[in-house]
This record gives sequence, C-alpha cells and structure tokens, in this order.
Amino acid sequence: MNQLAVRAYELRQDVLDIIVAGGGGHIGGDMSSMEIMLALYHRMRVNPANQKDPDRDRFVLSKGHCVETLYAVLADRGFLDMGEVKAKFSRFGSEYIGHPHNTLPGIEMNSGSLGHGLSVCVGMALAGRMNRKDYRVYTLMGDGELAEGSVWEGLMAAGHYRLDNLCAVIDRNRLQISGYTEDVMGHHDLHARLAAFNWHVVDVADGNDVDQLNAAFDEAERTKGKPTVLIANTVKGKGSPLMENKAGWHHHLPNREEYEQITRNLKARKEAMERE
Amino acid sequence: MNKIANRAVMCEVLKEAAAKDPDVVVLCSDSRGSASLASFADTYPDQFVEVGIAEQNLVGIAAGLASCGKKAFAVSPASFLSTRSYEQCKVDCAYSGTNVKLVGISGGVSYGALGMTHHSAQDIAAMSAIPGMRVYLPSDRHQTRRLFEALLKDEKTAYVRLGRNPVEDTYEEDHVPFEMDRASVVKEGEDVLLVACGEMVRPAKDAAELLRQKGISAGVLDMYCVKPLDREGLLEAAKGKKMVVTAEEHAPFGGLGSMVAQVIAENDPKKVVCLALPDAPVITGTSQEVFRYYGLDAEGIAKKVLETLEG
Repeated sequence: MNQLAVRAYELRQDVLDIIVAGGGGHIGGDMSSMEIMLALYHRMRVNPANQKDPDRDRFVLSKGHCVETLYAVLADRGFLDMGEVKAKFSRFGSEYIGHPHNTLPGIEMNSGSLGHGLSVCVGMALAGRMNRKDYRVYTLMGDGELAEGSVWEGLMAAGHYRLDNLCAVIDRNRLQISGYTEDVMGHHDLHARLAAFNWHVVDVADGNDVDQLNAAFDEAERTKGKPTVLIANTVKGKGSPLMENKAGWHHHLPNREEYEQITRNLKARKEAMERE
Repeated sequence: MNKIANRAVMCEVLKEAAAKDPDVVVLCSDSRGSASLASFADTYPDQFVEVGIAEQNLVGIAAGLASCGKKAFAVSPASFLSTRSYEQCKVDCAYSGTNVKLVGISGGVSYGALGMTHHSAQDIAAMSAIPGMRVYLPSDRHQTRRLFEALLKDEKTAYVRLGRNPVEDTYEEDHVPFEMDRASVVKEGEDVLLVACGEMVRPAKDAAELLRQKGISAGVLDMYCVKPLDREGLLEAAKGKKMVVTAEEHAPFGGLGSMVAQVIAENDPKKVVCLALPDAPVITGTSQEVFRYYGLDAEGIAKKVLETLEG
C-alpha cells in the first residue's frame, strides 16, 4: 500500500481537528480533495527551506474554501506547524483564515472567490515559457466552480497557448452547497467539453486513490502541445459514512458525537489501509 | 493643438522599457489598437500577451505573470477593466500583492456617443475602495510619461486611467513638476483653490485665467494621484482660501470631490463645491460637448466659482 494513502487518513484527522478548533470549515470538499493535494505536494518541486526558488513548481488552490486540507498538507511537507494551525485557525487576529493567504509559507496566491485560480495559473505557465523555466503549474478547482464563466476564459486561453506546463485538476465530487452539481447546473459531457477547449483530458476513476492520481499526473507530464486536466472522481466527505456523499456536510460543523464517530471511522479506514 | 494622446505616450514609454527589460510584459484584451499598443505588440511579440475579449482572464493572467516576476501592464478599456474584472483587480492584484499595473484606456466619457456601456464614470470610486490599490489620472502627455516611468520602478499594483483623445498640454515639456504621489501645483492663487485630475486639469487651469480677468485669484492643483490622495499638498494649497472647487470626469459619488471634501472637512473646514458628471447616463456627444453641457469646461468651472462667491 502506498504510504500516502495511509497518511491521507491521518491528515483527515488533522483537518477535522482544525475545523472543530476553529468553529467551522468546508469539511466535505476538504475530505474529497485530500489525496489530490497530498499526491501533488509529494511530487511537486517545492522546498520549505527555499520557498521563493524561481524554479519551483506552483500550485494555486482555486477552490480556496478547502484551505483546511491545504494547511494539513503544507504542515505535512514542513511549510507550516500543525500545532500552530490548530491553535490559531479562524481565531481573532489570526493569519490562518478560512481561505488561502499568501503571507503564509507555501501559499502562492490568495483565493476564495471561485473561478480565479485557472487564469492566474495561465499567467504563471506563460511566465515559465517566457523565462525558459521547466517548472510545472497546477490548480485545483471544484466541479461546482465550473459554473463560473471565468473558468472557461482560462480554459480557452490555456488551450490557445498550448500550455503543456499547466495541469488542472477538477475535484469531481458531484455535490455543491445546494445539492447535486447536475441538478444545480449540469456539466453534461464534461470530458468532451474540456477536450473541445484543446485540453488533454484524463478521467481518474477514483480520485481518492493516490496511485491512480500519480499515474494521471505522470500522463500530464508526458503530454506535449496542450494542457492537461484531470477529472478526479472523488467522494465528498470521504472518510466517514456520516459525511460521504451528503451535500449537507459541505460546511457542517460536527458536534461532539459526530466528531467521535468520524474519528473512529478515520482510524478504522487508516488501519484497514495499513493492513493492505 | 497637441496631437499626441496620452495612450500613445504610454506605448512609447513601455517600448523603451521593454527594450532594456525582458520582464516588462503588456497584455491586451483585443484592445491593442484602442490602446495604441499595436506597435509594442509588433516590436516585442515575446513580451506581449493577447487574451481576447475576456477582461477577467486578462487581469488573472497578468497577476500570474506578475507572481513570477513579470512587470505586467494589463491594458483594456477603462469601463470593462474597472467593472467587468473588478474582482480580479481586488483579489488577484491588490489582495494577493502582485505587481500588475491596470491601465484603463478610453476612460471617462472618451467614447462619447457610444453610450454608458463604454463610459467609465465609476472607476475612481470602485478602484479607490480596494485596499492596496492606487489610482492615478494623469493630466497631459508629459505627466503621463513621468507617471509611467515611475510606475515601472515600483512593484505594487495600481490603476491608471487614460483618455482616448489628445488633450492640450498642462505642462511644458521641460518643466513637469512631477513627484510620485504628490499633487502638482499648476498655478498659485490667493482666493480660491481648484482641484482637478485627468482631463479636467487643463480646463481648471484655463478657468483660473478666466477668473483672473474677473479679478479673482485661483490656485490650481493637479491631483493626478487620487489615491493615495496628497493630503498635505491639498491642505497646504487650500490654506487661507475662501473655498475649494473640484472637477472630475466621474460620477458625483466616491471620486475626487468626495475625497477632497473629506480631507477639507476634517482638517480645514470650508466650502467645497464638487463638479462632476451627473448620477445618470450622460448626454450623447463628444467629450468636449459633454463637458460643456455639464459645466466641466473652463467657462463652466469659472461660472460656478463666480456664482458661489457671489451667492
């Protein structure tokens, strides 16, 4: 078993603790996007000891509300201190706010308003090409976020400029705050839509599987002449039956009993992973 | 009659900079012609990014480039840049701290008869309300050159509004009293102070001459730096004056007049009269016809001063 698969469940506990300590957070999307961010941060060329390295890979969390998972992954990679995150998250005067902020180590851009990250990444990828750097640029978007028109402006530009140093990931958990994405604003044939914008599209059957994600990221790196987008089919609230596939858990704050049940479920899943 | 528009001067300054610095990058949204930047795109194609008619994307891409060390100039009609991509200006530029210079071309009522969709009469208020965003409206081609030379040297975001048409010089080429973020004294005066920005500075200067002929001594202050407003310069120029009159090519709320009135009210209370466009779609016409109709030309400004002094 890939050790990261186990680690993902340990970090889910950190996410749960951050949210309970801070009194709120976007737990559903945090849990669905855990393996995506974890796999990325274990392959990207980033170094907490040299954070402004011009050759570093870039990541922008376009679905900025899943910042708790980003905090957990950044702490895991040595950029942040988890104890400090838990102590300060959402507290008065804290720099650990509910969306990414680039005064914190390891965070490139501020986000939170949806539909911004991809355009910013197009700029970063263009800069890489202009400067003859071989860094790669990644962004993570939600599937609900795809209703923002600016996303399609970014998709159009990346396809037009054939930015093969750019890789977008869609956290396709099929839920958003009001319900199923296909009921709120359907994507119909998402694969075909993205391909029509001159992107190489990879369907990741299980977007909570680290090995499948890594294979898809490898394919993105091998793909030349166009940007790659991963449609990562994930489970919102992944980690506990209490939360999984339930729109109500988009930003539900667990009570004491729910916290204990989720904690037990995460521990059991982790142990099951370790046995594999 | 000056035939060189401020936007053409911008292009010249950016070309000079691009020749020496490969990090100078210009972005347009199908606006290279309107921005007078076609020759930049032709001369430095590797330092030019066309994003098509997509202003949100324009600003987001500019911010991404800037985050990787580029000096990004995002140039698009002021009406679309300041409102269509307002959130990108707020989040990707000001809040994220990227070195993006947002240049709104054909600002104010430059597009004349094209109507309210193409007028930018809200941009000063909108942009000034963003923490970390600076707002500049240069008055003539000489000041435009100095401003862009200064902006190339700093690493913070800013919004600049330029008009479409050539305007009469306010300054002589060799005597441009430019200091970054300090208002320029166009004319000293004793009785009243006229404060203007952008295309309103020259009419204000001419109004002072009309007033002189009527025996009134009017000082003229060019507040090209609307944000950060030069409070010290304003209070110094307003000292001892009977009243302050502001003139701007902008809606009557949240612009130069509001900001000047705020500073005067707090520090040196006296009458402030704010001349601006109406809170309504403006009448159809060329810039000059529109200015005359709303009393924003030299005669209108002078008339308002006389009426107010007599009243």
